[in-house]
Amino acid sequence: MTEPLISVRGVVRDYGQQVRTRALRNVDLDLHRGEFAALIGPSGSGKSTLLNIIGLLDRPTEGRVLVDGADTSGLDDRALTTLRARSLGFVFQFHHLLHAFTAVENVMLPEWGDAGAPTRDMRDRALEMLTDVGLADRAQYKARDLSGGQQQRVAIARAMVRRPPLVLADEPTGNLDTGSADDVFELMRRFNRESRTSFLIVTHDPRIASRCDRVIEIVDGRVTSDTPRPGAAAT
Amino acid sequence: MPFQWFVAIRYLRDARGQSALMLAAVSVGVSVIVFLSALINGLQTSLIDSTLGSQPHITLRVPREEPRALVESRDGVAIARLRQPAAQRLRSLDQWPSVMRALAGTPGVTAVSPTISGSATATRAEARVPVVIRGVNPESFLDIIDLRRDIVQGTFDVTSGRVVIGSSLASELGVGVDDRIRVTSTEDVEDVVTIAGLFTVGTDAVDKSWVVTSLTHAQSLFALPGGVTNIELKVRDVFEADRIADVIRGRTGLTVESWMTLNAELLSGLSAQSSSKTMIQFFVVVSVALGIASILIVSVVQKSREIGILRAVGTPARRVLAIFLIQGGVLGVAGSFIGSALGALFAKLFEAMTADASGVPRFFVQVDLPLLIGTTLLATAVGLTAAVIPARRAAALDPAAAIHGD
Repeated sequence: MTEPLISVRGVVRDYGQQVRTRALRNVDLDLHRGEFAALIGPSGSGKSTLLNIIGLLDRPTEGRVLVDGADTSGLDDRALTTLRARSLGFVFQFHHLLHAFTAVENVMLPEWGDAGAPTRDMRDRALEMLTDVGLADRAQYKARDLSGGQQQRVAIARAMVRRPPLVLADEPTGNLDTGSADDVFELMRRFNRESRTSFLIVTHDPRIASRCDRVIEIVDGRVTSDTPRPGAAAT
Repeated sequence: MPFQWFVAIRYLRDARGQSALMLAAVSVGVSVIVFLSALINGLQTSLIDSTLGSQPHITLRVPREEPRALVESRDGVAIARLRQPAAQRLRSLDQWPSVMRALAGTPGVTAVSPTISGSATATRAEARVPVVIRGVNPESFLDIIDLRRDIVQGTFDVTSGRVVIGSSLASELGVGVDDRIRVTSTEDVEDVVTIAGLFTVGTDAVDKSWVVTSLTHAQSLFALPGGVTNIELKVRDVFEADRIADVIRGRTGLTVESWMTLNAELLSGLSAQSSSKTMIQFFVVVSVALGIASILIVSVVQKSREIGILRAVGTPARRVLAIFLIQGGVLGVAGSFIGSALGALFAKLFEAMTADASGVPRFFVQVDLPLLIGTTLLATAVGLTAAVIPARRAAALDPAAAIHGD
């Protein structure tokens, strides 16, 4: 079998100094290229903590996270930022766009923020992504002037603009009506199929989870089940 | 446009209310500094100008005569002495032409002039007024004290028995241009001179007592053929006068006085003024810095989620730091331009409003380029410094915590 894209090995995450709360307990998990997985569990079970650790936004108290087989535990903040910029895309529940910026500027952010100076290519790629998500006509709209569904599509375009091998989505449909949620889900599914980008989607929505290829359940900081659901996309 | 500049300017434009508030804080602060500095600098310059309008920066004169003992002590004999100050008489400086040549080459000295300064009495009909005879070499004297610009009647002409006198003295004697007066020196030499011009330098002691004549005429009045009593100097930087005087004193052994020693009270007044100006500037700078810093910190808190997103999608911490430093710097520069313009305008308005009936300002304000450049640099530095804490706070935000609003 090929090298996993992400390997989580024995990860423990504690919070607090005086009173320690264990959010993750000895988690092992592999994610492979092209996977489309849901991460489910009750509130406070550690889903977001695990997503932050896989997304290199947080460091485990114990254990390791390997990206393409390389251990990230020894990397400093600058190296983690660069790795995050080039290997990972993020989609958040509340869209989290920069509201004072236009849709196209938001999509350019990952490349622009990393490189420093903008290029025409960056802008072209961002416009192409917006066309891909059906928002070419909204490119110059400020983020705050877009609807919830449109903002989430801009967020997906931003996550995909560098064609990262993995996109981490934290409740991406949690704040949308059913129609917009379906649109957003289909969009992620399409990118997964077309560019073999892996998706790890944290969700409370059983409808969304049931349409993923793999469902990982986490309870009290432990992975309690990890079920492949081949052919789930057809449902 | 580089990323950090683009984001900084977009944030400033987007939060118009906050930006306007910070800009107003910097502008008001800068305008206060410019206005205050213009006023105090103008006042100080005009005080120094009027003081130095009638006196040289440095004067060399013969050392005072010391009392001589009439009886010397001997071994085994105790002598009680009564020491009395020696009577002073007008004496010429020894070898003054060679001293002058040496002084002309002293660094910082821009003009050297030999003069005679002695007491006399001026008489016209029944009026007898004590005066100071100033015997000068017109070419070099005018380089040091330019009486020509203070002439209110007639011309500056001290050739062939002609003199220029202070306007108050003329009024005491009841004379005008082309009138003649008799002068009697302390050496009991008398002469009749013709008044060629009247001057008003603005210093009462000078306007009331000076009779300016040629050096040769003064030499004959004080029986000092070929001699001079003083050598007067002008220096490039007036505040260097004390230091240069020390150098000359060490080199010549003569009595050397600088305008700074003679006007110590004025200087301590000016220095107190400068200190209060600095204190006011300091407090203005601190309050402006606190204003900017607190508003920027609020901005960082408001934008912490966006900062978290920027960090999450790959913006390095140093660029986040730069975004907030740039905001502080831009506000500093913009505020300093607006504040400088306002301060200069207020200063000029104040000058015009406080002018007397004939339109001559009572307070001179001095708005010059170094003041404006200095204030701009100061305001930019204040803006940047004030932004350091908010910027560091923004750069240190934990992206995961910021995104989740923890």
